[in-house]
Amino acid sequence: MAASAGASRSAGQKPRPVRRALLYLGVILTALITLFPFFWILRTSLESDNQVAQGVGGKNGIIPGHLGFGSYVTDLTTQHFARPLLNSAVVALATTIVTIIVASLAGYALARLHIRGAGAILGFILLAGFFPVLAMIGPLFLLLRHLNFLDNIYPLIIVYLVYTLPISTWLLKNFFEQIPIELEEAALVDGASRLQTLRKVVVPVALPGVFTAGILSFILAWNDFAFAVSFLRNTQHFTAPLDIVTLGQSAFQVFYNRIDAAVVIITIPIAALVLIAQRRIISGLTAGSFR
Amino acid sequence: MATVTLEHVSKVYPNGLKAVSDLNLELKDGEFLVLVGPSGCGKTTALRMVAGLEDISDGTIRIGDRVVNDITPQERDIAMVFQNYALYPHMTVAENIGFSLKLHRAPKSEIAERVAEVAKILGLEEHLSRKPAQLSGGQRQRVAMGRAIVRHPAVFLMDEPLSNLDAKLRVQMRAEVARLQRRLKVSTLYVTHDQTEAMTMGDRVAVLKDGVLQQLGRPQEIYTHPANLFVAGFIGSPAMNVYEGALSEAGDEIKLGSQSFVLPASWAASDLLAPYRGKRIVVGVRPEDLPDAAQAGQPSGGQRLVGQIELVEELGSEKFVHFRIDAPRVQAHTAAAPGEDLGALGKGEIGAAVLSEGVARVAPSSKIRAGDQASFTLDVERLYLFDEDTSEAIRGPDS
Repeated sequence: MAASAGASRSAGQKPRPVRRALLYLGVILTALITLFPFFWILRTSLESDNQVAQGVGGKNGIIPGHLGFGSYVTDLTTQHFARPLLNSAVVALATTIVTIIVASLAGYALARLHIRGAGAILGFILLAGFFPVLAMIGPLFLLLRHLNFLDNIYPLIIVYLVYTLPISTWLLKNFFEQIPIELEEAALVDGASRLQTLRKVVVPVALPGVFTAGILSFILAWNDFAFAVSFLRNTQHFTAPLDIVTLGQSAFQVFYNRIDAAVVIITIPIAALVLIAQRRIISGLTAGSFR
Repeated sequence: MATVTLEHVSKVYPNGLKAVSDLNLELKDGEFLVLVGPSGCGKTTALRMVAGLEDISDGTIRIGDRVVNDITPQERDIAMVFQNYALYPHMTVAENIGFSLKLHRAPKSEIAERVAEVAKILGLEEHLSRKPAQLSGGQRQRVAMGRAIVRHPAVFLMDEPLSNLDAKLRVQMRAEVARLQRRLKVSTLYVTHDQTEAMTMGDRVAVLKDGVLQQLGRPQEIYTHPANLFVAGFIGSPAMNVYEGALSEAGDEIKLGSQSFVLPASWAASDLLAPYRGKRIVVGVRPEDLPDAAQAGQPSGGQRLVGQIELVEELGSEKFVHFRIDAPRVQAHTAAAPGEDLGALGKGEIGAAVLSEGVARVAPSSKIRAGDQASFTLDVERLYLFDEDTSEAIRGPDS
């Protein structure tokens, strides 16, 4: 089969099987290169302190000799990583909730109410989202200090809205626009008020968009380092990304295993979220409503 | 009394577009009134104004005795079926139907009871726990109707509900919708672009064009006495053949291209045709009024229209014969507003060497073939005559 397929081609063209093999090779290589850092982090996180000190090589090769969860335990107990994790969770969750509520209302207004200058408003919102974060840190620091909001995780929620609101508003506006307006008109005729229409019809139908905006917001808030490092001082108030900085350092050794274990721990909620939400993002949700 | 009255209703959009102009309409209690017309004629806009989904620029709309101009859709006691159904995709069929009852805080038992009742009427009992995505087009359409029926509203508003169904299903649902309305006796305003739906379903039909009401009447009336060229060309399928002809000086003959047809003496004497003697006149004849003259049963002494046959479409139950004659054709469908020039093809001289088309409906046993020259029986009593300038009807059959 392969030979005849190859033979039927004109000279100069690679026969199909070879092209396919090359394609697979490319894909595998890309996958390996992309996944290698994650693999390495996972691998290192499962090493013991001694193995890290020994370095890579010999018995401690690509797959280390011994694998153990010791670093994880150390992180969560003696290194007190649990507290920053909780801080991160609280802030990210709160930011996500506020974002979804505000962005839904704003996105709906921009999509449905024919406001003159709606385009300009959206443009302005997006512009704020593209603004370099590091440039904001100085002025924000002064503002927070003035308000006595430094070294406190709760003001961070408001600050993180800088990351999350622009893109969530834009996303939800686009989602709402795609929902045929007849759906809302049907709800109106059925007796629903505008707000009831939004709550009972529009948002459920736009749930894929709401979920996407939520996940995006959570990730942005969870992963932030710049604002956290600038506005938090007391280690009790640190968020998880910030805590990792001090976690694996000692005067004598850098505990890569502990650092990497912390990185894995930090990544778990995000990975879980995306997996769960993938099931929720059912694009066929709106498939049956029309025609 | 569930009546709907539109008085001098107009809709003008901010960009100046006049979607509806001075519309006067009355939907009687229990009546099935069809608004029909080509795309952009304003029928859907008019419906949406009755629903409250569109603001009214001018005029008054009453539902019953109540003026509803400023009343929200929620409070108008109407139910609407949309062209693309607009079913709530995240709710089951039962929840879709019961949604309005839930909004009005009806007790759960009552909701369940009424939903079950409606499901029975529409044959949806097995589908109550399914979501719209799992239903066929016809089933979705029935759910949309169920959603409207369950509320026992004063008025049903339907916006081309059958347009998205395939041809066979459409024919079936047409009858079902009409039967349902007759059974429930709810006043219904029904919008469609399909003249067949208008003719078969409506108690009365309102023909609209460019936002202006052309004619309002019973289907049969509109068919036999169209008020103007537009209505004549719009109602009836295939469309009426319309040509530019001329009335003789004496008023006793009509010329159609190189052919002429003798008129009854009473016509010559009548005042109706007097202004048109010696002038151009628009002549319409329906395809169904052009039987094959060569067939058995056709009067041997009758007048004949002779045409060059281009194409014969076999439908099984009848044939559509496409022919050409040498009279200029008038575009009935895009007939001008009063005062405008009709702009007939080959304008200028009557009987100019222009061949234009026509369609005749003949019996399946007809032997007419493409390429032949054939004759059709033309009964002048079946002719529709229209004024060339105003495009208004002068006479039709049985006048």
